[in-house]
Amino acid sequence: MDYEVLRFIWWLLIGVLLIGFVITDGFDLGVAVLLKLIGKNDDQRRVMINSIAPHWDGNQVWLVTAIGALFAAWPTVYAAAFSSFYFVMMLTLFALFLRPIGFEYRAKIDNDAWRNKCDWALTIGSAVPAVLFGVAFGNLLQGVPFYFDDILRLHYTGGFFDLLNPFALFVGLFSFLMLVNHGATYLQLKTEDDIKARSERISTLLSASCAVLFVLAGLWLYYGIDGYSVTSIIDTNGINRTTEKTVVISAAAWFNNYAKWPWLSLIPILGVLSFMVCALSSATKRHLLAFLSSAVALTMVIATAGVSMFPFIMPSSSMPAHSLTMWDATASQTSLQIMFVVACVFVPIVLSYTAWSYFVMRGRLNEQHVRDNSHSLY
Amino acid sequence: MDIVDLSRFQFAFTVMIHFLFVPLTIGLTFILAIMESVYVMTGKTIYRDMTKFWGKLFGINFALGITTGLAMEFQFGTNWSYYSHYVGDIFGAPLAIEALMAFFLESTLVGLFFFSWDRLSKEKHLIVTWLMALGTNLSALWILIANGWMQNPVGAQFNIDTMRMELSSFSEVVFNPVAQVKFVHTVSAGYVTGAIFVLAISSWYLLKGRNIAFARRSFAIAAAFGLASVLSVIVLGDESGYEVGAVQKVKLASIEAEWNTHPAPAPFTLFGLPNAETQTTDYAIKIPAVLGLIATRSLTEEVKGLDKLKREHLERIIRGQEAYVLMQQYRQGDKSAVTVNRFNELRDDLGYGMLLTAFTDDVANATPEQIAAAVEGSVPQVWPLFWSFRVMVACGMLMLLLFILAFWHSAKRTVNKPKWLLKFAIFSLPLPWIASEAGWLVAEYGRQPWAIGEILPTHMAVSQLTVNDLLISLGSIMVLYTIFIIIEIWLMIKYARIGPAALHTGKYDLEHAATELKGD
Repeated sequence: MDYEVLRFIWWLLIGVLLIGFVITDGFDLGVAVLLKLIGKNDDQRRVMINSIAPHWDGNQVWLVTAIGALFAAWPTVYAAAFSSFYFVMMLTLFALFLRPIGFEYRAKIDNDAWRNKCDWALTIGSAVPAVLFGVAFGNLLQGVPFYFDDILRLHYTGGFFDLLNPFALFVGLFSFLMLVNHGATYLQLKTEDDIKARSERISTLLSASCAVLFVLAGLWLYYGIDGYSVTSIIDTNGINRTTEKTVVISAAAWFNNYAKWPWLSLIPILGVLSFMVCALSSATKRHLLAFLSSAVALTMVIATAGVSMFPFIMPSSSMPAHSLTMWDATASQTSLQIMFVVACVFVPIVLSYTAWSYFVMRGRLNEQHVRDNSHSLY
Repeated sequence: MDIVDLSRFQFAFTVMIHFLFVPLTIGLTFILAIMESVYVMTGKTIYRDMTKFWGKLFGINFALGITTGLAMEFQFGTNWSYYSHYVGDIFGAPLAIEALMAFFLESTLVGLFFFSWDRLSKEKHLIVTWLMALGTNLSALWILIANGWMQNPVGAQFNIDTMRMELSSFSEVVFNPVAQVKFVHTVSAGYVTGAIFVLAISSWYLLKGRNIAFARRSFAIAAAFGLASVLSVIVLGDESGYEVGAVQKVKLASIEAEWNTHPAPAPFTLFGLPNAETQTTDYAIKIPAVLGLIATRSLTEEVKGLDKLKREHLERIIRGQEAYVLMQQYRQGDKSAVTVNRFNELRDDLGYGMLLTAFTDDVANATPEQIAAAVEGSVPQVWPLFWSFRVMVACGMLMLLLFILAFWHSAKRTVNKPKWLLKFAIFSLPLPWIASEAGWLVAEYGRQPWAIGEILPTHMAVSQLTVNDLLISLGSIMVLYTIFIIIEIWLMIKYARIGPAALHTGKYDLEHAATELKGD
């Protein structure tokens, strides 16, 4: 297969893995954030935790796989992103540390103080990554201050607080609300009575806000953030010449692709519409539709970011020519080819046993069930 | 400490802590699958209770395995970004495949293992448990393929235009002999860890006279499984020694404190005090010819000592120096045929040239002192390797003895096992962990100064961070991990003490205490 085609396929596949991550792990992050807000007593919180308990671990592997695939398919991007965003990554990691402990150890001791601490561990462990994923995207859209030396060693020239700029925090807030909403739609499917009713209300409110925030983010990006475009010709079929192109920074450049291929505008439009459908269906108790439209909305939001930046992955603000794109920061053709074959074989297998695990654990949970099984459930 | 030392310390700390949980996970999944198989075949509920109880302890351990594992995946990028760029083309693939082929399976089914007892038929649940164990073992396979490549980088070639190693043969990477022997040695060590864990806790119940039937059955399974595993660890460890002898001569010479090359066949130094000052081993007790046999499987081939290896390194550093200078010329635009051809001749020694960058920025004009320093730095310190290897082997031998005795007594169906044996089992609990950590030190410290054997020096591989960045992250990791480990050990002890009563079946001793532990 052509190097060019493989590179494009891997751009799609990384996108698929990220989408898989936000759709699956997204709702368990959201549920854990809502723990204190929706769960009014220990039984209710246990219902919420047990609705995700059998799955959260498998869900998180989407993140692990996405990072692994990033390492394998775009090694330079992995190296640049993780070392430039050093403290963002460390904070994400420390927050994610808290989740396995919160889930696995919470029920091991019957003590209010202990369970309260575990609830906070779950909430913080889920809220912080939900915000920081958005912050990372917010920074990618503005460009990151880094450059390469003559042996392609990466130097980051910014500081930690540069990453916490207003636009990035705004995207962080959007990402947070989006994932919390996703969690609320999942709870509508898996719970009864009080918890379900509260989830419906919260989701109605949140998905309507997400529609507004998404539009605002677009406007901010159009009027307030300069985008990047490649002005030289990249040999999309040749080896990586990461530092040898010319790139200009100009106003509204992140909208160039929509001017070039107008039908791509459908992606953000569908994103806004799905948030609105989600708000409506939560309000009218169409639970499955609420969950599905939330999943579609998440997909469209990530696709919007990808399409707007295409072919950029990580633009450099200090040396625009050193920006990383999906044409010139990839693994070798051999590696991409092998990884593609492996993905073709294993992604369907993973999807099928994941689906089976949800099928086995199907049905709604209630407080009585949790009380009856206090020694086998979390 | 500079960023290189701090990055190394951070990596060593996170991986050593991670490796407290991994071997137990590997071993326990298999033991759970065996116990549950016996349950399905015999229909006796006590085996289901065993699976569930040891499963509870497995869960407590597994949580920290995931927690600390995630840190490893982040760290290559955060702390070793030049490494990630330089070898990601090869190293990334096994990691991604591990996630896709193994970790997904393990993590998805671990949820079903705990929560689907009432929802699946006996047979289906058993399949889930076996697949979970399979996932765990496959995880280890791919991680060790990645690690084996760092030890013995086969199937890859340097590309000067992209300034990195690129994959030339995936099958060579997968069937790397170093990776294969490491895999079988490491998973067997995991099985031993699981077996000792079950054996020691069961012995404690037997000593206290509690849950006798439960403990005796657990003891028997652990003893049989442990004996088979410890034998395979030792046989495969020897195989590993042979592979190291073939490709990692520096590591072998350091483990053996072979300061000087001996005429074949080389003797094996059983004990002694390695002395780096005099380049000799004081008070050495040697067994003639044994090292030659382990490392070369012959009596006629010589095992190179550090003296000879350093002389070879000097030559390679000088060639590498020229390669490094040519590479810089090429990168700055001199792409003439002369430069390219000469670089290609010297390409395999480029890594040795990079060793000089630790001592001077001006590689082209490195002084003889700087070159001499690079030669000295081209081998690891001897005493940590010499000692950790012997600690590992000694632990292995003790565990072999324990399992022979335990298996003997459980095969004889001794009703009351001797107290000294039960105590021996209890005090052996830390042995597999000491052996694993010591073995890890041999494998990883033994490859210094290389991040990737003979290709990329460790000091080049780090991210360009500041000392403060590292102090903050390292400090936070140490504090967090310490808290986690305290909670983990506390829970383990608590649940091990309560025993199968924690299942609330009403059939076991101490049900009353279990009720207090987790009220109704």
